Amino acid sequence: MLKSKTFVKKTRSGGVMKIVREHYLRDDIWCGSEVCAECKQESAVLQRDACIESNLCTYPHYLIPDTNVVLHQIDVLEDPVIRNVIILQTVLQEVRHRSAPVYKRLKDIIHEKEKHFYTFTNEHHRDTFIEREPGESANDRNDRAIRVATKWYSQHLKTSESDAEGLKVVLLTNDQGNTQKAEESSLLVYKCMWSMFSIRGSTDPFKKLCVSTNEITSSKVLFPEHLPLSRIQAGIKSGSFLQGSFRASRDNYLEATVFVQGEGEDSTEVLIQGLQNLNRAVHQDVVAVQLLPRNQWVAPSAVVLQDEGTAKDDDAEEEEEEKALRISAAEAASKPTGKIVGIIKRSWRPYCGMLNASQIKESTRHLFTPADRRIPRIRIETRQSSTLAGQRIMVAIDGWPKHSRYPNGHFVRSLGSAGEKDTEQEVLLLEHDVPHQDFSQAVLSFLPKMPWAITPEDMVKREDLRHLTVCSVDPPGCTDIDDALHCRELDNGNLEVGVHIADVSHFIRPGNAMDKEAANRGTTVYLCGKRIDMVPELLSSNLCSLRSNVERMAFSCIWEMNDKAEILKTRFTKSVINSKASLTYAEAQMRIDDTTMNDDITQSLRGLNKLAKILKRQRIEKGALTLSSLEVRFHIDSETHDPIDLQTKELMETNSMVEEFMLLANISVAQKIYDEFPDCAMLRKHPAPPPSNYDILLKAAKSKNVEIHTDSAKALADSLDGAKVDGFPYFNTLLRILATRCMMQAVYFCSGMDSDFHHYGLASPIYTHFTSPIRRYADIIVHRLLAVAIAADSTYPDLMDKHKQSALANNLNYRHKMSQYAQRASVAFHTQLFFKSRGILNEAGYVLFVRKNAIIVLIPKFGLEGTVFFDTKDKAAPNLVFDEEGPTLKVEQHNFCIFDKVKVTISLDASNIQHQKIRMALIDPVIPGVSVPAPDVEPQAKKPKLDR
Amino acid sequence: MRKKTYQLPLCCCRCNVGIPIADCIQIRLVIYNPKCIYYKYFWAVCLAIVLPEKGRMGNVVRRRTRGALRCSSFEVCGNMAGLELLSDQGYRLDGRKATELRKVQARMGVFAQADGSAYLEQGNTKALAVVYGPHEMRGSRSRTRHDRAVINCQYSMATFSTAERKRRPHGDRKSTEMSLHLKQTFEAAVMTQLYPRSQIDIYVKILQSDGGNYSVCVNAATLAVIDAGIPMRDYVCACTVGFVDETPLADLCYAEESGGVSSLALALLPRGGQIALLQMDARLHQDHLEALIEAAMTACKGVSKVLDEVVRQHLEEVSVLSGE
Repeated sequence: MLKSKTFVKKTRSGGVMKIVREHYLRDDIWCGSEVCAECKQESAVLQRDACIESNLCTYPHYLIPDTNVVLHQIDVLEDPVIRNVIILQTVLQEVRHRSAPVYKRLKDIIHEKEKHFYTFTNEHHRDTFIEREPGESANDRNDRAIRVATKWYSQHLKTSESDAEGLKVVLLTNDQGNTQKAEESSLLVYKCMWSMFSIRGSTDPFKKLCVSTNEITSSKVLFPEHLPLSRIQAGIKSGSFLQGSFRASRDNYLEATVFVQGEGEDSTEVLIQGLQNLNRAVHQDVVAVQLLPRNQWVAPSAVVLQDEGTAKDDDAEEEEEEKALRISAAEAASKPTGKIVGIIKRSWRPYCGMLNASQIKESTRHLFTPADRRIPRIRIETRQSSTLAGQRIMVAIDGWPKHSRYPNGHFVRSLGSAGEKDTEQEVLLLEHDVPHQDFSQAVLSFLPKMPWAITPEDMVKREDLRHLTVCSVDPPGCTDIDDALHCRELDNGNLEVGVHIADVSHFIRPGNAMDKEAANRGTTVYLCGKRIDMVPELLSSNLCSLRSNVERMAFSCIWEMNDKAEILKTRFTKSVINSKASLTYAEAQMRIDDTTMNDDITQSLRGLNKLAKILKRQRIEKGALTLSSLEVRFHIDSETHDPIDLQTKELMETNSMVEEFMLLANISVAQKIYDEFPDCAMLRKHPAPPPSNYDILLKAAKSKNVEIHTDSAKALADSLDGAKVDGFPYFNTLLRILATRCMMQAVYFCSGMDSDFHHYGLASPIYTHFTSPIRRYADIIVHRLLAVAIAADSTYPDLMDKHKQSALANNLNYRHKMSQYAQRASVAFHTQLFFKSRGILNEAGYVLFVRKNAIIVLIPKFGLEGTVFFDTKDKAAPNLVFDEEGPTLKVEQHNFCIFDKVKVTISLDASNIQHQKIRMALIDPVIPGVSVPAPDVEPQAKKPKLDR
Repeated sequence: MRKKTYQLPLCCCRCNVGIPIADCIQIRLVIYNPKCIYYKYFWAVCLAIVLPEKGRMGNVVRRRTRGALRCSSFEVCGNMAGLELLSDQGYRLDGRKATELRKVQARMGVFAQADGSAYLEQGNTKALAVVYGPHEMRGSRSRTRHDRAVINCQYSMATFSTAERKRRPHGDRKSTEMSLHLKQTFEAAVMTQLYPRSQIDIYVKILQSDGGNYSVCVNAATLAVIDAGIPMRDYVCACTVGFVDETPLADLCYAEESGGVSSLALALLPRGGQIALLQMDARLHQDHLEALIEAAMTACKGVSKVLDEVVRQHLEEVSVLSGE
């Protein structure tokens, strides 16, 4: 049965390699037609009466589409009307090569029995195989192969046919040249479009789809060329281009802003919209932008758009999405809009994420979806897709050619399987650029040798405060205690208050490896159940930590105050202390409240508490803001480390007591170091937000007929205090949460580089960080400055260099921001774990924001925020009317505005393993077609008893 | 020293549980304990040889896995999406069906000077085998066996055998390993006990390489040994099989071998169905092993038919020439 002829097929690949492959031709490949008597096939696929009702062909016929017809008219081929089609192997291979999604669809059709699609392996058939002729392009050869196969079929069917039914084969092609050549060799050819139009009973979508003529080629240039650096520089100089850092939008992959740092304070944001304009810029690149003419300016859209196309060929959809963007934008106020003309500096790093395996099983090219939504998907080549699927992996970008929809990259390493706690933690540390490796040997070599004790030499330079009744108050489980307090009555009736801060700068000497590492890390990062230390653990939890009943070195700030909390005298000194107790906030609170306790520690705490209350009142009078944000705390199972309960953190009097004295110490130190070093003091400022930031707050308050004044911090604080709505006790908290969102970030800066020192939130003219040197590097610098100021330590060049100081401040700001994001991400992840174990919950919440197609709901019980979308992909969108002014969103009949109370179900949406998210759906108010029926929530199942 | 290897207990490399070798002639390759809690999959890191008569483990050579998962992003040529090794219609890249072998052509007695020689083509893989001996021990006498002949194999690849010129035709790690495999195969097949204190040299050269080098070498060497008139228990026929889409593919070509298929090489003494050598260094689920070995044995039997034909035809020619 096998007659094998050896043919040699030569292909070139990589330009130089000559690949020799055998190519066997067979005579046992059957035509697949019921009519044929010659072929010894077991079951014929193609029917005898193959009649598509068509105006063009009244006789029974089989269709043979060519590659382009399949690629462009796959929707037509999918229609049930089209049956009895012969797909040639040549076509199948070309389709596979050019478009994975179409290939997938084609294969699905072939597998469908009712469609009667037959795959003819023409390349291995003895009579239909052709060799490429010299000078013939691969495409021409394939077209010829298709014609030869068609010809073979028509002759084969003619000879084998006994009855004169006139069964014919029709070649479908859109190509002019191909048509002509086929007609020359007397084949039946039809342009796909006409033949389809002439199909009787064809429905509307047919016509629409047939006309679409978008090109599917990989060589098409998708993006404009980037300008060379020289032209960019010239453009920036002449002012026609702007330089800025590119920030992709998290919600909308077709939108981004370029943050242009102007001279001095003024900085502008340029909006970029659409793939072409984004022109291959990746989040955080430094780019050159050209502003578009004013009539093309648009407004940022409020639509949430996610790149969900299956593969590279989703151009058509994208165009529609882009159009949608523009239409929505036209109505609203427009912003400066531009397009990217060049990239000045790429800031690519390895990205974490997951692989979307290609639909073709053997394919080596796959798309990678980064965990960060602002990063585009990356195409990588790997043969391990089956192993990598389901794992968190790291991928680095290699480049982004102008004809490629996605950047090209390569696989770096695997982090572990998705969903596991360790993997996820690693991912969020990497994603937030938190240095979390173990400390190197070089760093550890600078640790003091154990056993360590305070030497007499140390004592000489330090004040001995061991006799004082010092105690520390911290959250439970805290091992890095960096502050302790004391308060005692002096003989003259005044009070002496001391704040003692761990003397970390004694251990970390400037310029050594440990110092450099700490400066780079910038801050300790606290995740749920894990702490990433800034300094090695020996220091953070032992030698520096001001634990009770051990002698520790400290940097003390001691005030003499009268009972009105007025500071009479301030003194800074390096000291040695011996803390008498390390308390938690709750313990300290109990001691203060318990009237039966009258020991030194309790007395001291009461004194502190009394003063703190006065200090706080004074501060608030000056206009300090009390803002609100919900913080949650997990109860973590001690063995599995899974969260078992979740509650919002509650604040006690003692929290604010410690806070007041820390603020006081920080302000005192800030003043001192600024007086001594006006040029190079490390300070912290909190700029007043621009008035426009308050818009959302004002609108929200107005909806409840509450007036908020934002002229000054004091006015804001007062109006927030006064804002109350009857029967809505939670209103004030919600308002404060909103106010928090309006604020700017507080930042470190070097006093020599800036003129505005004001701290808006604390209403203090000057501020710094002094009180947590174990977990913040800024405090170490402040310690060093203060030590120099009181002649307790010597200075060093970098400390006095304002440029270096400023660069350091920038790094610290960055690390600080990233650590906050990492903490939030960690909380979010643990929240998900929690809800995973809980199943579906029904909770009441409040509308926090109103968006064009969604509302954002806050669940006070869990401090959880979630989005309720009204337009989902799988069902028709309800009638949505968005009013910018309210802002309100009218869904069918119901009007949502900020602060509305709603009821939602909360569940974990694990459909996208990469971005597992908390999904909320509306229960109350009931809107038909939108809200969901309230699921029965089973009472929390009792813990199964352990079997003995 | 040899005894020690005989008694090497087979145990799971992972959990170290000993696995009893059933007293069978065909041996199953068991390296990982199938019940091993660590691995559902196992790495075949072992090479087993069965002495056909005694039916027990001849010799176990443990090899380390070389690089668990090779990152192969740069091996892929150009723009090509991975090749579809087996189409839905059941055709392979070169048009064969899953169980079909490549075209085998062979000639015996191609060199007059050697005691035996053969040339064999299996598709595009072409090999030349030459046999000298049995003759007296050359070189070190210490290797002499008083009860049987020593087989000396040398495998090499011509510099022009691959698409890119090969730098080092023999003596590299791969060739040394291949020489060792050949030696083990033929020690199991040749009736060495008939020639005590002597030596048989088998030299094999790959002239063109297109996958399945080991099996082509074995097949060519078999013909050469027969040409030399050295008695064997049976033809030794070898074939590689790969596993794609739950289907075993017989006689892999280079494109298939490099396409990430887990392949297995098997040398068989077809009449008794005894395995002379079984080698696999890819990952494969235990459940599929049986089917794969079965397919390999069928393929080997196919090869043996062709070889038998070649030998008979050669004999006819020779007898015609010698005028009998």
